[in-house]
Amino acid sequence: MRGNNVLGLIFSNTHEEKLRDLTEIRTMGSVPFGGRYRLIDFPLSNMVNSGISKVGVVTKSNYQSLMDHLGSGKAWDLSRKREGLYILPPFGDTRLVNNRVESLASIKRFLTNSKEDLVLITDSDVVCNIDYSDVVSSHIGKNSDVTLVCRFGPLPRKLVEPLVLTTDPDGRVIDLLIDPRTDGECCYGIGMILLRRELLIRLVDDCVSRNLYSFKRDLLQRNLSSLRMYSYEFSGYARIISSPVSYFAANMELMQPNVRAQLFNPNRPVYTKVRDDMPARYGLGSEVSNSLVADGCVIDGEVRNSVLFRGVRVGKGAVVENCVVLQDGQIRPGCKMKYVITDKDVLIQSDRSLLGFESYPIFISKGSVV
Amino acid sequence: MFPKQQVVAMLLAGGQGSRLGVLTKNLAKPAVPYGGKYRIIDFPLSNCVNSGIETVGVLTQYQPMILNEYIGNGQPWDLDSMNAGVHVLPPFQRSRRSDWYKGTANAIYQNIPFIERYNPDYVVVLSGDHIYKMDYSRMIAFHKEKEADCTIATIEVPMEEASRFGILNTNPDGSVYEFDEKPKAPKSNQASMGIYVFSWNKLRSYLEEDEAAPKSSNDFGKDVLPAMLNAGERIFAYRFEGYWKDVGTIDSLWESNMDLLDPNIPMDLNEESWKIFTRNPVMPPHYVAKGARVQNSLVAEGCTVYGEIDFAVLFSGVYIAPGAVVRDSIIMPNTRIEEGAVVQYAIVAEECVIGGGAKIGARPEDIVNKEEWGVAVVGNGCAIPPGSVVAPKSMIDSESFAQEAVKNARK
Repeated sequence: MRGNNVLGLIFSNTHEEKLRDLTEIRTMGSVPFGGRYRLIDFPLSNMVNSGISKVGVVTKSNYQSLMDHLGSGKAWDLSRKREGLYILPPFGDTRLVNNRVESLASIKRFLTNSKEDLVLITDSDVVCNIDYSDVVSSHIGKNSDVTLVCRFGPLPRKLVEPLVLTTDPDGRVIDLLIDPRTDGECCYGIGMILLRRELLIRLVDDCVSRNLYSFKRDLLQRNLSSLRMYSYEFSGYARIISSPVSYFAANMELMQPNVRAQLFNPNRPVYTKVRDDMPARYGLGSEVSNSLVADGCVIDGEVRNSVLFRGVRVGKGAVVENCVVLQDGQIRPGCKMKYVITDKDVLIQSDRSLLGFESYPIFISKGSVV
Repeated sequence: MFPKQQVVAMLLAGGQGSRLGVLTKNLAKPAVPYGGKYRIIDFPLSNCVNSGIETVGVLTQYQPMILNEYIGNGQPWDLDSMNAGVHVLPPFQRSRRSDWYKGTANAIYQNIPFIERYNPDYVVVLSGDHIYKMDYSRMIAFHKEKEADCTIATIEVPMEEASRFGILNTNPDGSVYEFDEKPKAPKSNQASMGIYVFSWNKLRSYLEEDEAAPKSSNDFGKDVLPAMLNAGERIFAYRFEGYWKDVGTIDSLWESNMDLLDPNIPMDLNEESWKIFTRNPVMPPHYVAKGARVQNSLVAEGCTVYGEIDFAVLFSGVYIAPGAVVRDSIIMPNTRIEEGAVVQYAIVAEECVIGGGAKIGARPEDIVNKEEWGVAVVGNGCAIPPGSVVAPKSMIDSESFAQEAVKNARK
C-alpha cells in the first residue's frame, strides 16, 4: 500500500571523493552499478517498495547525469499528481552548501511544506534491499526520537566518518562515536536515519543558530543524551561503496546466487530507467562464464567473471576477465583485459592488452579510446 | 474538440490467430511474445511512433485482457500524449444495431466516430501480426505524391511462393490493375503486406457503402479494395524493401525468432534511430554461470543459465538448470528448464516447468519419417513431469497434457 506517512530524503552527493574517477563527472547517486543500475536506484526503489510516495533527492554538484537518469521519476512510479519525486538542487544565495546541515537548512521550505510525520534520510552509496516499513515499525514501537539503521560486523575499510554505536539490550543507543578505533566487530551506521519531521527541522535550526554544521557531530552526537536514539539492525546483504576496490568487489559479488536473491527480491524489485535495448545477443564461438550481462550486449568473444552493462560489444577473440564494463563499451577483436573498470562509451581497439590486479583495478575514463 | 491529426493509424488486433493454437488460447495474437522481450504488437506501435504517427486506435475483440493491460496508457511507446496517443477500441453496445466486429472493414466502420474526432487526411490501416521495421511517413509521402486514394505496401516474395500471398499486379507507374488472392499462376511477385494508407474521405464513403451491402463479408481484401478498384479509384503499390515476416503460424513464428540470431538478416533491433519499444520487465541483468555454454542465442534480462543453449531465444526470467540443453528453441518468460531436460525445435510458452530429464521436440535429423517432424509447442503454465516426452510437432497445454497422462496411465 502506498502512503505510510514517511517522507524520503536522499542525498545524491555522498562521499564522492572516495570513488575518484567514477564520480568526476557524476554524483555518487548516478554511479552505474550491477549491469543496469545507478546507485540511487537502490534507495529510491527501497523507499517506493516500502510505501513511501514522496521522495526528495538533494543534489549539490555534477547532477546533470542524475537529472537525466531520474527524469520525472516515472520509472520508480514517482511521477504522480499527489506527491512523487522532488529534485532539490542548491537554492538561494551565493553561499555554497558545504555540509549536510546546511543542505537541510536550505530545503527547510520543502520540509515544512511536507505533511508526513516522519523523515527517512539516506545516503546514496549503500547497495541493499531493505524494507523500510520494518524500520518504521521499530521506530514507532520503541517510541524513539531517532532510529539509526546499522549493521553488526567488522567496520568496512575507508568509510568516511563512520558512526559506531553502543546500545543497551533494548537497542537504545548509549554511546555514539565517530570514526573510533575498533577491534573486531562493532555496530556501525549505514547512512539511514529515521526521525520526526518536526524534530529534524528543530535540530537543524538549533545547529544553524549555534553555527554548528556537522550532521554527525553536532546534530546527532551532541543530542545523544536528550533524545531517545535507537538502532535498527539490518542483517541482509548490504555494501557501502567507499573506494574503487569496494566498488569493484560489490559488482563481483553479484555473481553469487544468494547475493542476487537478496538484492533482486522479486517482491521488492529494483527499478531503473529503461533503455529499450534488445536482449543480449551471443554469436558463434562466444564463451561466457560466471558473468552478469545486460540487454543490448553483443558478445562474440570470451567473457569470464565480469559485469557487462547495457550495449557492450565484445569482439571475436577478445578475452574479458574480471572486468566491469560500463554502458556501450566496445571491446574490439583480440583484446585481452583483466581487472579493468571501463567507464561509459569506452573503445578498446583491436589487440590491446590491459592488465590490472584485484587490489588495484585499472580505470578507463568515460569516452576514452585505448 | 481535438486538435487535427493529419494521420490516424488503426491497428487490427482482434483476430484469434487460431493457427498459433495453444499460444493464443488465452491471448490475442498481437500479444504473443516475440524476440526475447517483445510482443508482436510492439513492432507496429513502435513503427508508428518512429514514423511520427501519434494517434493509434487498437481494435481488439478476441481475448483482450492481456493485450489491454499490456498497452495500458501507451507510455512505453511514448503514446500517452495529451491529445493523441493510443486508444484501445473494443466493439461495444449501441442503442441500435450492436454487433461484434464482423470483418476488418467493419471494425474500422464501427469506429468512424473515433477517427472523425481527429479530422485526419489519411488513415493508415495496420495489422498486428507482422514483424518488420518500416517508416510509414515515407509511404504516406508516396501516397500524397501519387495523389492516390489508397496505397498498399508490397514486398517482393520468391516467385515459387507467390501463390501463398495476396498478389498485386501493377502498371509501370505503380498503379494497381488487379488483385490476385493466392493465385495459382501468379503474374507478379509483389505481395500485399496488409498495410494500407487511405485518403480518409474516400475510405469513409467506401466503408459506408460496404456496410450497406448485405452480402459483403466486410473485409478489406475481399470487399472494400476490389470495390475501390472496380470504381476506378487510384490504388498504388508501395514497394517495401527490408525484413518482413507474417508470424501467423507456429513455423513462421519460430523461423522469425530464429532470424534474429542470423547476422545476415537485414533487421537490427539495436538500431538507435529506430528502436522497438516495449514494456520492459523489471529484472536484473541475466547471469551466465560457470560451466554454461551459450552460443548463437538471444538472452533477456532476469535469466539464469547453468546449462547449454545454442540457437535459443530466452525471454526474461527463464532458468536453465545445470545439464539442461536448449537448442533451436524459444523459451518464453519465467519458464524453468530443469536438470537434464532437453528442449529441441520447440516453443515453450510462459510460466512452464519442464521437469528434469524431460524431452521436448526433436531434431529433424533424428526423425526417420520427416512427415512427423515439426516444431513442438508447450502452452502456458504447463508443468511437464520429469522424464516425460513431448513429441515433435505436437502441441500441448496443461489440460490436454493432463488428459494424455490419464490415457497413458490406463494403458
